[in-house]
Amino acid sequence: MSRLYPYTEKQIKAAPLAVFRILFGILMLISIIRFWSYGWIDKLYIQPKYFFSYYGFEWVKPLGHFTYIIFIICGLSAIFVALGFKYRIAIISFFLSFTYIELMDKTTYLNHYYFISLLSFLMIFLPANAYYSIDALQREDKRFQFIPKWTIDSVKLLLGIVYFYAGLAKLNSDWLFKAMPLKIWLPSKFDVPVLGDYFHLEWIHYAFSWGGAIYDLTIPFLLLYRRTRWLAFSLVVFFHVITRVLFPIGMFPYIMIFSTLVFFDVKLHEKILSYLSGIIKTDKRKFDNGKYYPSLNNTTSKIKYGFISLFFAIQILMPFRYLLYPGELFWTEEGFRFSWRVMLIEKAGYAQFKIVDGETGKWFYVDNTDFLTRFQEKQMATQSDFILQYAKYLEKHFSKQGHKNIEIYVDSYVTLNGRLSTTYIDPNTDLTKQKESFRHKNWIVPFKDEIKGF
Amino acid sequence: MMKKIFLLFVFGSIILGCSSSDSSDDTPPTPPTTSFQRSELLINWADNIIIPSYEAFQTSLSSLQTAFDNFNTTADEANLIALRNAWRDAYFAWQRVSMFEIGPAENVDYRLNINIYPADVTQIQQNITSGNADLSLPSNRDAKGFPALDYLINGLAADDTAIVARFNDGAAGINLLNYTGSLIADMVTLTNGVLQEWTGNFRDSFVANDGSSATASVDRYVNDYILYYERFLRAGKVGIPAGVFSASLNPQNLEAFYKGDISNQLCLEALDAVQDFFNGISFNSTTNGIGLDDYLNTLGVESGGQQLSSLINNQYNTARNMINGLDSFQEELQNSPPVQLLLAYDELQRIVPLIKVDMLSALNINVDFQDADGD
Repeated sequence: MSRLYPYTEKQIKAAPLAVFRILFGILMLISIIRFWSYGWIDKLYIQPKYFFSYYGFEWVKPLGHFTYIIFIICGLSAIFVALGFKYRIAIISFFLSFTYIELMDKTTYLNHYYFISLLSFLMIFLPANAYYSIDALQREDKRFQFIPKWTIDSVKLLLGIVYFYAGLAKLNSDWLFKAMPLKIWLPSKFDVPVLGDYFHLEWIHYAFSWGGAIYDLTIPFLLLYRRTRWLAFSLVVFFHVITRVLFPIGMFPYIMIFSTLVFFDVKLHEKILSYLSGIIKTDKRKFDNGKYYPSLNNTTSKIKYGFISLFFAIQILMPFRYLLYPGELFWTEEGFRFSWRVMLIEKAGYAQFKIVDGETGKWFYVDNTDFLTRFQEKQMATQSDFILQYAKYLEKHFSKQGHKNIEIYVDSYVTLNGRLSTTYIDPNTDLTKQKESFRHKNWIVPFKDEIKGF
Repeated sequence: MMKKIFLLFVFGSIILGCSSSDSSDDTPPTPPTTSFQRSELLINWADNIIIPSYEAFQTSLSSLQTAFDNFNTTADEANLIALRNAWRDAYFAWQRVSMFEIGPAENVDYRLNINIYPADVTQIQQNITSGNADLSLPSNRDAKGFPALDYLINGLAADDTAIVARFNDGAAGINLLNYTGSLIADMVTLTNGVLQEWTGNFRDSFVANDGSSATASVDRYVNDYILYYERFLRAGKVGIPAGVFSASLNPQNLEAFYKGDISNQLCLEALDAVQDFFNGISFNSTTNGIGLDDYLNTLGVESGGQQLSSLINNQYNTARNMINGLDSFQEELQNSPPVQLLLAYDELQRIVPLIKVDMLSALNINVDFQDADGD
């Protein structure tokens, strides 16, 4: 720990973190409004009869029409964060409400939502309101022109992890040597202006695959070095605009584009703030008080540094947890989430559940549409933890209806990256006998092919 | 390290650069023609399959109308048989349009209004007695369409003589005739409405919506096509009656239950229709136009040296052969369990993963508009 101290005492102008806070708040507000305006709150969190909880978070459920209130809290918190008003409470309430929303149903799991949760969690510990915020305006003792350098570096580190791991995950034989799944995805984007006419060409699939992998692996470093920074940023914009056009990943491209601004020098951020001051008719100089954010050597801050180090250690190790499981990661998806495996596989499946009376042998099939939305059914059919959860739910449902000696089997087929679909779950496994856990699910039929790489 | 990264970067930007510079050329080269044109697929669907199928169905309905008019004038056995044959022909023609529940058909719940079965006999009898049933009400959907006609001309009494007697039974007979007539009129009106929209604006907007999104015609229709196959053909015509979904046999859930001996033929006709549609075969002809098979072939979708399109066609053929070898479903259901029928169901079932999993994935059809990052 002793080496940490000199680094933790390094100070830097606070403008980059203030700009980051403002942009973060605004983008989050837009995300919430966008989500609401598409009617997704109703469609995803109110209409469905059943929700797929994360293991250990079964208590997090949508609250009927009160679910809207969580979104309102989340949106208001985002505004407060942007304003830097009651920042600490606002960012905590943003983190909690946003994470609650994400935990309600893992059907909607998106890596970038996870990223937002992590980032907002990290921001709880950052003095993002020390400069150019209402908090700092109101209270002189909370106003600092300089803040510890590590606070801005931690945001860069988190962004770097996201990119680098996303790149690492692309280093596999399907992605690099079969151009899968882009070979499937790109031709279907034929209606993109101009470029669309070329998306059926094989070399384009390879170029995009390799380009994407190299981009993800190198961009954090290119952003770090001043000489390559502008080039890197133009690549960031180019890359994310392309992904925006091609894939339904919502606000993610914008969030990444604006987030990478944090890599830039203080000067740029001061310029942004001066420009902003011109618009909202305020004087940025009020905040330039030359004061340094106190970096204390007390126990509280030691705990804080330890905690943040632990946070990053987990982030660095988490994506490798798949190594603890046997079998092909893309097939079993054990250890797939929370690992920045973004737009990596094309998977589709079909799962038909058979409810059997263990004594009489009488059986019938379940109509999934009675219980799940199409989106839920699609996600369920390719992921073993969903399949088990759903089977447990069916067991409860049908025993309530008076069925006895229930055994549940599933006929399932999954296709991965264009391979002909094969049986996914052992059709002779009674799912009611299986337990939910983080252990390997030995009732997943092993993958018939091999994918090499990370 | 820095140098390596830089080299990697240069390599990367060349790749990215190439892909974008192609697009910025002032005179872009003509794109190679191997790119699949969804608009051609949609045109073939609309002009050579969907609209002609509706037209044929409309024609068969007017024959049904004529046959009914004759029966209405003279309710004798000969006219009953003629009416029954017209009903049967129209039912077959229906199998060619039932799957097109998109656009105008979807707006009026066409399929549910024409062919929801089993028919609700109690409701039908109430409607006959009251004489003023509002057929546009959703609550009357299982008291009309083909299944209700099936009951009226096949299931009203034990034999034709008795059925004809019912239609000639004074005021009750007139009520019966009136109700039968109103059912046919309802089907004609619905069908005229749907076809009118297709030949009007809908055809053009359907064809023009040739993009790639959850709301594009191909994405939407392929989803509907699969839904039809899975629910209304596989489950509706075979699975549900055979007890696949309910632990007990449901012969009363057979299509054309009262007629009794045509449910397997109706199923075969529907199977031909979905396979022809898959292959882009024009209605009532052997002209093989652009279909989903060609789409898959253009994308080069294959597995173990076999094209996915042939795997799908083979499975359609296997299922058809199985059903061809069966007695009427009514007879098959007299065995418990109906082993042969269940085996045929299994073959029908094997098509589902091929079209719902492999084909959907290969065509990258969107299921729904939703943020998703492909994991």
